[in-house]
Amino acid sequence: MEAPPATVLAFPAQPSWPMRKQHAHLSDEALVAQVARGEEDALAELYDRVGRIAYGLAVRVVRDDRLAEDAVQEGFLAVWRSAASFRAERAKASTWILTLVHRRAVDLVRREERRRTEPLGDELPGSAHESEPTDEAAWLRFERERVQTALKLLPDVQREALELAYYGGFSQSELAQRLGVPLGTIKSRMFSGLVRLRELLDESTQEGSWKPEFTS
Amino acid sequence: METGIHELTAGYALDVLDADERWAYETHLAECEQCREELTSFWETTEALAIAAAGPSPSPELRGRILTAARAERQVVVPLESRRRRVVPVLGAVAAVAAVVALAMGLWATQLSGDLDDARLALERERQAAAVLADPGARTVALEAGEGRLVVDDDGRAVLVLDELDPAPQGKTYELWIMEGENASPAGLFPGQDGRDWVGLDGTVEPGDVVAVTLEAAGGVEVLENDPIVASAPV
Repeated sequence: MEAPPATVLAFPAQPSWPMRKQHAHLSDEALVAQVARGEEDALAELYDRVGRIAYGLAVRVVRDDRLAEDAVQEGFLAVWRSAASFRAERAKASTWILTLVHRRAVDLVRREERRRTEPLGDELPGSAHESEPTDEAAWLRFERERVQTALKLLPDVQREALELAYYGGFSQSELAQRLGVPLGTIKSRMFSGLVRLRELLDESTQEGSWKPEFTS
Repeated sequence: METGIHELTAGYALDVLDADERWAYETHLAECEQCREELTSFWETTEALAIAAAGPSPSPELRGRILTAARAERQVVVPLESRRRRVVPVLGAVAAVAAVVALAMGLWATQLSGDLDDARLALERERQAAAVLADPGARTVALEAGEGRLVVDDDGRAVLVLDELDPAPQGKTYELWIMEGENASPAGLFPGQDGRDWVGLDGTVEPGDVVAVTLEAAGGVEVLENDPIVASAPV
């Protein structure tokens, strides 16, 4: 067995984003605490950890590269401004950041009203751009597949409700209108969908050596 | 509405509520531990949905733009000449969103130790302040003493943003003042906090008014006697 070259690191190198050694060992939550004290390096490290997921989410919601970058930028600036009010005991930092970026993306897309004039058709999430960047971290690829598999196991009406709700930028009354069902039905599909998805994700976590492909 | 409001948790986590529903739900959140726990759990699930959307990378320049913008905001903290005040974009709508989301998370912690009415009052006050910060028509007034700025909307509602004010010592409070010439009216109390803090003023300001902060004994005072430690330029 050959020894790997000394310069090869376990982590994918990001040449233009120098790893900040002094922050690499910190939790996301500790980084937010440093951001609250105005440390730019900590904000940069948070971006390196969560920025890519945030961007993928924003693109899915706003369907526009430039708008998506706006949503991510404004989300991270919101982190910068309000880090002092973040309470780690109640939520993970990554959850908080993604919540901010998502809210911003939804508000942007509602303002643009671009989605309202587009047919839904084959633009449903899952069938849209599935680019597979080669530099993607392995854990992210694994996690994404795990979630996508769990989504596939949901009853169709629940999956449809969750995907349209979270990625579509619609309000719940718009959802009801589009799907031609009463508002109460939409509410209960979203609720049951989240509960069921949570269970499926818990199950796949517990399985440990869970594999994305089915072996039959 | 009241009976069905618990049902809004999923919609809130998925961001499908309209403005009125969000408002109603956040108010409800302040007093419902069950919904707070459920929301925390649903937010974790929506994070999984975010991961499921992961795909394309942002442009490499985005990182630099974010850091530059963050740095520029800090520079805004340096007092500016007041005639430039309309030029400087300070806090976007997303700041309000951040505040409310952080508040939703932070409130839970507050409530563990604090009085519920205090928490609701704080929520209401912060939300009014968030509305001012979110107003694209709001303008920024520099501080002549202290680090930060004053943001004033067209109706004269004002929010003081402070960057370097430590929490008030035990038994003390910060007090806000609106000074109209020689006349100073109390405009609220606040405890201060590490890092950036922002607080909405009770009442409204008129052009030419100055906003100031003093350190007072807990409970505050009705008449201004102490020297201000923070003072804005004339509005």
